[in-house]
Amino acid sequence: MTYHTEEGDEVPALSDINLEMKDKEFVCFIGPSGCGKTTLLRIIAGLETPDTGIITVDGEPIKGPGPDRGMVFQEYSLFPWRTVLKNITFSLELKKVPKVQREDTARQYLELVGLSKFAESYPHELSGGMKQRVAIARALVNDPKVLLMDEPFGAVDAQTRNRLQQELLKIWERDKKTLLFITHSVDEAVYMADRVVVFTSPPGRIKEIFKVELPRPRDRTSVEANVLREHLLTSLGAEMKNTIV
Amino acid sequence: MKRGHGSRKRSIEVISIATALLIWEIIARIIDVKYILPSFTSVVSAFIKLVQGGELYRDILTSLNYFVLGIGLAVMVGIPIGTLMGWFKNIDRAVDPIIEMIRPIPPLAWIPFAILWFGLTKYAAGFVIFIGAVFPILINTYTGFKHTPRVLVESGKVLGCTSNKDIIFRIALPFALPSIATGIRVGMGVGWMCVVAAELFGVSTNGIGWKIWHWNDLHHMDLVLTYMLVLGLIALIIDRVFRYLVQEWWLRWQSGVVV
Ligand SMILES: Nc1ncnc2c1ncn2[C@@H]1O[C@H](COP(=O)(O)OP(=O)(O)O)[C@@H](O)[C@H]1O
Ligand SMILES: [Mg+2]
Repeated sequence: MTYHTEEGDEVPALSDINLEMKDKEFVCFIGPSGCGKTTLLRIIAGLETPDTGIITVDGEPIKGPGPDRGMVFQEYSLFPWRTVLKNITFSLELKKVPKVQREDTARQYLELVGLSKFAESYPHELSGGMKQRVAIARALVNDPKVLLMDEPFGAVDAQTRNRLQQELLKIWERDKKTLLFITHSVDEAVYMADRVVVFTSPPGRIKEIFKVELPRPRDRTSVEANVLREHLLTSLGAEMKNTIV
Repeated sequence: MKRGHGSRKRSIEVISIATALLIWEIIARIIDVKYILPSFTSVVSAFIKLVQGGELYRDILTSLNYFVLGIGLAVMVGIPIGTLMGWFKNIDRAVDPIIEMIRPIPPLAWIPFAILWFGLTKYAAGFVIFIGAVFPILINTYTGFKHTPRVLVESGKVLGCTSNKDIIFRIALPFALPSIATGIRVGMGVGWMCVVAAELFGVSTNGIGWKIWHWNDLHHMDLVLTYMLVLGLIALIIDRVFRYLVQEWWLRWQSGVVV
């Protein structure tokens, strides 16, 4: 995958990616910044087209964005002119679900992310963590098979972040989605993922894939978790040295 | 606390206006020449006479008629063109040079052609106002669309917007509304200024602008000043009402309703 800038420069973003994900698997991407994690996620979402290669979901090649793939962006992406509830009903409106029914469904998901009280609030009244929770509910209400998340908790404080991680795991265990989650936190990856994919410095390739076979619910401080974190950090550290920061 | 501060601020404004009126009255009495500066009291009595005679209402309605005609057309033309230019790069490239050529021409310079094309009708006056108002509306619409954040457009796509129409009407247009509202406000300001000139060339024998020139010819400067003040007052009312409506009905999501 190569980006072409408006000045005509070519920016190689990714190459030689070969990855298979199981149904209902939780996979984390981790790697130096600029290595193409976001780009890969955008390709899967159907927002970019790769120069070569194909990606399939259940054997179907991806041609563009589709309801089988939901996405939570790194930036805040709620529609500021819609209330929280109306943000969540957006995809249902497009599907022409009747008003009463779609608001009912939306309220269920709002409860799932613990924000029932904020149904009528506007996005600018919410904190960063709350915005991302609404964004998760908005993606889930469309009932995608795969949920793509690009550092969704990157901009929230550590405490909120831990809570959001637990909530996401709860949702994932309940709804059993296939989850693809970009993070720059080794901690987050080890706490949440079934597998962690480490990328090389740009242009990104897959460097190593770690299986996380710790029992759930996980203990952040267990010895096994620590050992795995060390491995991941070593693998990543080698890549970080190759990246000019 | 807040309330006290507010009323104190208002009392300063009231004192300020009262002082200005008083100074005006004193100076007018010192000069004592009606043609040079009519006094505040003479303007008030002229105003009362105009209201009682019903003449003022007819003038206001006439001017508002031209105004609504011009602004309505400007909105109907400016928003769609601004939308298309803001959304489709090729349309932008095709239309932009033409607009940049026409835009610098002052609206009043169009008066000869307005009369030529529409005759001495209200449409000629409406046309001049239209020319004044359309560019601010078009350009602000364009800017609003142009600045739609990519992440919102992509969120829309991921959530199921499949056509340009979906994206424009469900994402870009709501995002651009504040900018469009600003455009309409600015456009109305310019359009109202054009009313005076548009009435000047005599599409009818009433209207606020026309009366200013009429009473000027007859050296009734108290009436001239009265109509001037009415002109300003109506512009103020239009602007305030529009702002109120926009804030209450259109852009509540911006002001922030706390539940
Ligand atoms: N729209 C774009 N145009 C040009 N280059 C881009 C664009 N988006 C990303 N890139 C480049 O592609 C590379 C990968 O970016 P990205 O996928 O965002 O990395 P990551 O998410 O891993 O930090 C970077 O070098 C970045 O500058
Ligand atoms: Mg990224």
